[in-house]
Amino acid sequence: MSNVTTASTKEAKWWNGGKSPFDVEYGKVMMWYFLMSDAFTFGAFLISYGTVRFSTNGWPDPNLVFKSFPFAPEGVNAPLVFVSVMTFILIVSSVTMVLAVHAGKMMDKKGVVRNMIWTIIGGIAFLSCQAWEWNHLHHEGAWWGMNPFMNADGTASTSNFTNFFFTITGFHGFHVFSGVVINIVMLIMTLMDKFEQRGHYLMIEKAGLYWHFVDLVWVFVFTCFYLL
Amino acid sequence: MSQDTHAEHHDVIAEIKKVTIILSVLTIVELILGFWMIGITSAGLRLAIKGVIIILMLAKAFYIVAYFMHLKHELKNLIMTIIVPLALFIWFIIAFLADGNSFRNLRNDYNPHFKEQATIKVEKKEHDAHGAEKPTHEKDASKEGEHKAPEDHK
Repeated sequence: MSNVTTASTKEAKWWNGGKSPFDVEYGKVMMWYFLMSDAFTFGAFLISYGTVRFSTNGWPDPNLVFKSFPFAPEGVNAPLVFVSVMTFILIVSSVTMVLAVHAGKMMDKKGVVRNMIWTIIGGIAFLSCQAWEWNHLHHEGAWWGMNPFMNADGTASTSNFTNFFFTITGFHGFHVFSGVVINIVMLIMTLMDKFEQRGHYLMIEKAGLYWHFVDLVWVFVFTCFYLL
Repeated sequence: MSQDTHAEHHDVIAEIKKVTIILSVLTIVELILGFWMIGITSAGLRLAIKGVIIILMLAKAFYIVAYFMHLKHELKNLIMTIIVPLALFIWFIIAFLADGNSFRNLRNDYNPHFKEQATIKVEKKEHDAHGAEKPTHEKDASKEGEHKAPEDHK
């Protein structure tokens, strides 16, 4: 397909053949479809959580469950504080990822490297926060099948609460972990000048899509478990 | 770098800054609502705040997908191939939550044991490592419970 043809048919139909009707490369379309299927997986998890919560008479109050903070004295009552930190870490790492993608478009290798490093640090920071929170909850006696917390109205709670919490945040945490691994691979490839040789940084864009999706899922997980 | 791409570069950076600020503000508003909700016992008001939080959540999702994931600047063909299948969620959410709600009502009507469970307050059990903090918040929890019908917390 020559550039001349593309230019002359620009106003014509996108579906006449000879070019991508989406005007993006194959890998990016496939990444979008993968993310769409992943969205259905997370959606199914969150909807089943909602269904079970709606079919139960009581539910633990998240502000009484998630109320501690690392290095804080025992018995500190700081609901929402730690999870706000986690949320902002993920938002900031998403911003540095956009900056890395943009630097890639500008063929600015230094910018890509710098922003990828910040993104990876953000991802690791988020995972560390999550590890701390899981460890803390586990010490309080919460795990799959074990729920030490009572319902907000003081009645006995089932282990549905902890099962959903650990499964969904665990699945999200696994996505963050894979995202960090992908980002590290991208950083190494950038440092090895792979993308300079190819003449484009499209791989960074695909990794970026995945990383933003992880951030997007956290928006929903955070709201469903900590705020509602 | 030509003049054109240079101007474009500044536009992109400006857009990233704008979206970052919007996302931060939305998150802060969500958190303020979350903190505010801690002291509120009225079921109707809690439901209203939760509704606002969900709207803010969807707004955040829109900004992430549209600007960070760049979907807004893609061709309409690509936007539609992603968004249209996800519209299934509208039906999923309505159908499944309504089903959960109806199941709870059915059990409350026809399963006396299930209904009874929701009225019995549990004996507070002390935790090994966190004995010191328990009494205060458990008192809060049970106090809250007296003011609220069990249905408040969905």
